[in-house]
Amino acid sequence: MTEQGRLERFLRTDPRDVGCDEAMAVLHVYVDLVAAGQDAAGHYPGVAVHLLACGPCGEDFAGLLQGVTDDPAGRG
Amino acid sequence: MRADDLDEDSSAWLRRLSATGGERQEAERDLHARLVRIALAEVRRRSASTPVAGPELDDVAHQAAGDAMLAILAKLTDFRGESRFTTWAYRFVILEVSSKLGRHYWRNPPVRLDAAQWERLPDRLGIDPARHAESAGILAEVRRVVDDELTAHQRRVFVAIVVDGIPLDALAAKLGLGRNAIYKVIFDARRKIRRALVANGYLEEPGVEQR
Repeated sequence: MTEQGRLERFLRTDPRDVGCDEAMAVLHVYVDLVAAGQDAAGHYPGVAVHLLACGPCGEDFAGLLQGVTDDPAGRG
Repeated sequence: MRADDLDEDSSAWLRRLSATGGERQEAERDLHARLVRIALAEVRRRSASTPVAGPELDDVAHQAAGDAMLAILAKLTDFRGESRFTTWAYRFVILEVSSKLGRHYWRNPPVRLDAAQWERLPDRLGIDPARHAESAGILAEVRRVVDDELTAHQRRVFVAIVVDGIPLDALAAKLGLGRNAIYKVIFDARRKIRRALVANGYLEEPGVEQR
């Protein structure tokens, strides 16, 4: 990627982005869909966009997904 | 949602946590042990991206598990079965870890608020050091837009997050704002900067803009 492309990507905003509050409100639902191998981004496209754009929410998503997939109780 | 509409594991958690006496106490101990395990794993996963370290990191995990436990018990009737119970519950502890790491950042911050380390911007944006010179013009324009066209609040937040690399949750804690409020400021600032760069011929693509 060119330097201009890198900056362009950083500055680009997506109107589908639902923001942190809305994404965190359904994070558990989204994570269960991902963990079950379902199309979470298809169900919640605005959440998917946000999790890619927002570092902290992306971290919460990664942490919760790891927590449920590593859960010794399994995912029955 | 009725308990018999839930998956077996979630139904059992609700039944045990809604019981009385020893059954409920045992369920609370089980859940707390899980929250502690999740919190410890999470602070370790994030250890490279936070200045919080050592025993303080474990303290954050235990505090997060305790506070999450209280929140879960207080909101048990809010659980609607949209996910597994454990996923719903673990979300509380993950969000508590984020919030507490944000607050603990200021005990020993690697960067002070309002440091404005503009010379670090190319690195923050992932620009190859060998190409800093050729990107100097466009980055100077970014700084001009930040200085001249952002509001004072937008400028302070943009500089803290993007230029100085202060974690968003840490800035939110410092300014007494929610994460979403900070994100929205950055979102609007990015859009404003981009529009200015396009208007002044530094960027060409129309990109996604409307909102």
